[in-house]
Amino acid sequence: MKKPELLVTPTSVAHIDELAEAGADAVIIGEQRYGLRLAGEFSRHDVAAAVKAAHRRGMNVYVAMNAIFHNDKVDELGDYVAFLADVGADAIVFGDPAVLLTVRETAPHMKLHWSTETTATNWYACNYWGRKGAKRAVLARELNMDAILEIKAHAEVEIEVQVHGAMCMYQSKRSLIGSYFEYQGKVMEVERKKYEKGMFLYDKERDNKYPIFEDENGTHIMSPNDVCMIDELGDMVEAGIDSFKIDGILHEPRYITDVTKLYRRAIDLCADDRERYEREKEELLAAVEALQPPHRRIDTGFFFKETIY
Amino acid sequence: MLLKNDRISEIIDGKRVIVKKPELLAPAGNLEKLKIAVHYGADAVFIGGQEYSLRANADNFTIEEIREGVEFANRYGAKVYVTANIYAHNENIPGLDDYLRALEDAGVCGIIVADPLIIETARRVAPKLEVHLSTQQSLTNWKAVQFWKEEGLERVVLAREVGAEEIRQIKEKVDIEIEAFIHGAMCSAYSGRCVLSNHMTARDSNRGGCCQSCRWDYDLYQLSDGREIPLFEKGDAPFAMSAKDLNLIRAIPVMIELGVDSLKIEGRMKSIHYVATVVSVYRKVIDAYCADPDHFTIREEWVRELEKCANRETAPSFFDGFPDYTNHMYGTHSRKTTHEFAGLVLGYDPETGIATVQQRNHFRPGDEVEFFGPEIENFTQVIEKIWDEDGNELDAARHPLQIVKFKVKRPLFPYNMMRKEN
Repeated sequence: MKKPELLVTPTSVAHIDELAEAGADAVIIGEQRYGLRLAGEFSRHDVAAAVKAAHRRGMNVYVAMNAIFHNDKVDELGDYVAFLADVGADAIVFGDPAVLLTVRETAPHMKLHWSTETTATNWYACNYWGRKGAKRAVLARELNMDAILEIKAHAEVEIEVQVHGAMCMYQSKRSLIGSYFEYQGKVMEVERKKYEKGMFLYDKERDNKYPIFEDENGTHIMSPNDVCMIDELGDMVEAGIDSFKIDGILHEPRYITDVTKLYRRAIDLCADDRERYEREKEELLAAVEALQPPHRRIDTGFFFKETIY
Repeated sequence: MLLKNDRISEIIDGKRVIVKKPELLAPAGNLEKLKIAVHYGADAVFIGGQEYSLRANADNFTIEEIREGVEFANRYGAKVYVTANIYAHNENIPGLDDYLRALEDAGVCGIIVADPLIIETARRVAPKLEVHLSTQQSLTNWKAVQFWKEEGLERVVLAREVGAEEIRQIKEKVDIEIEAFIHGAMCSAYSGRCVLSNHMTARDSNRGGCCQSCRWDYDLYQLSDGREIPLFEKGDAPFAMSAKDLNLIRAIPVMIELGVDSLKIEGRMKSIHYVATVVSVYRKVIDAYCADPDHFTIREEWVRELEKCANRETAPSFFDGFPDYTNHMYGTHSRKTTHEFAGLVLGYDPETGIATVQQRNHFRPGDEVEFFGPEIENFTQVIEKIWDEDGNELDAARHPLQIVKFKVKRPLFPYNMMRKEN
């Protein structure tokens, strides 16, 4: 049976070798100037080195250009696209149509993955972006399993699904952490602290903790738990989902590597020896649970949840 | 900041006049609000149908009501746009063709959409409908606007994060109609990129289920070596994502000179009093500026008039630059409006000077009330005797929608409104 690609998020160039060893098939990297919510910051120099390292190990490299761009950056997109084509990136991940037009002008053979985080919610929209030039659609996290399988059945593009890690719930252009410090009169702390790690919002009503951080793209608020589908991959593998993503944002490199190993085993078992996967999947789930930091639980996200409106 | 735009103005009798007036676009949550918006001077209204629209909790229009709304609006020369700006899921695909055909058949001018599914389906099955790109697409740069122009869209609504200078650049580079928000509540997230409601309440924000989780209170902590350190002092207001409402009344001249084609007021859930107040103020500002832009000043009474229906503080958001902390709501969720809607004028008898009014809130003899409407200058008076329809004197108008009569000191017209200070 065809195996889905295992796509992971390295935190550094050095991390790529470890992830290759752990069984990853592809990595997504980039810098916050162009990409959203990456596990690590990769300068152009790092991207070039990462492509070399990954290709040596037979892995694909996708570079994130999925920020929401304002006029000020539009004119420099072409240069970055040309650079990515030049160093041999395997695909560009985009959400903003400005990137799509830039790639058409600058590097028409470059592969495009459409990824807007929240708006890839039906098969028609996936195929629409396919007709515009995308080779792959990255599905919204708010879809349930039935919807994912139905999209795959109708899709004319590759379908990528996030199976593990934190999901983004909210992105604002506003500086919400910095503004809060300013409001409190802690002007000295604004520049020093607003970009620090480890901040979270506590929701008393739900007893949830939502990681929050600020960067060049604004303020991002993340899901309280990590989604984890390691024991529920069967239907998606059978349906031929093209890529499973592990998003390692907010986690340590070691965690990302260890989780990658577990998913490698899960995917291999699921595709090659389904009965054994069924027998061992509880163990795999327990192994992920053992890796979780104390403040991050796992759940199944929206895969088995009914959303109303 | 205010640059004169030759493309929208002409010199007439030695005086510069804006000949390309922007459209004033108002929200209408139901048929009554639509009629009020149009009567108070909106050039166009946007409404939601029963499906595919983003305000699942608004009344929303049936196709028959849409037809009636279009007929009413057309009598005033106004246009009706229907929002169909959800991000559809597979299950929303069946029925879309019929719905869009029904909108076209009802005479709707255009639809406001975000999902390519709905854009292309409308082109295919209801080609007479104009297609406008919703702010849900968070359109922030000229090149993305260029993309949607090439896709054949008539108009785009820009993201709420786009400022005046960016609008100028977009207008220079791309020839397409631009719609921009001037007034109303703000998403503090990039529209379409917020799924807080999905996570917190299992309601799909991008299909109309938004429960405004961004308006709730949260406490900010930092995790450090396993310890949770509060980043607030005792007594500090909690962390807030909540944004103040937008109010660009003082920026309307800039908006007009930028060549923005449609000035949009947010608020399909708001009352007819809100719609009437906001529409009438912006109508006056736009008309006064366009008639004589070089001698225009904002009248403070217009600014005060908007305050009478505001239930949040307001701010310019991204229009003039990056919003600082004064653009956010800390420690308060809303405030009481200074005035409340008390009655809708149904008629006026010039012989007796007696008005017939439909009660919309409690009032009684001795109350000071204010009347406003498109045909009159605002005036206040103290109410004297109140009678019911049969001529019985009342000690108060206390029944919702009760029809009452009382003397007024100046002529009134149907749809004029009466408000009273809180």
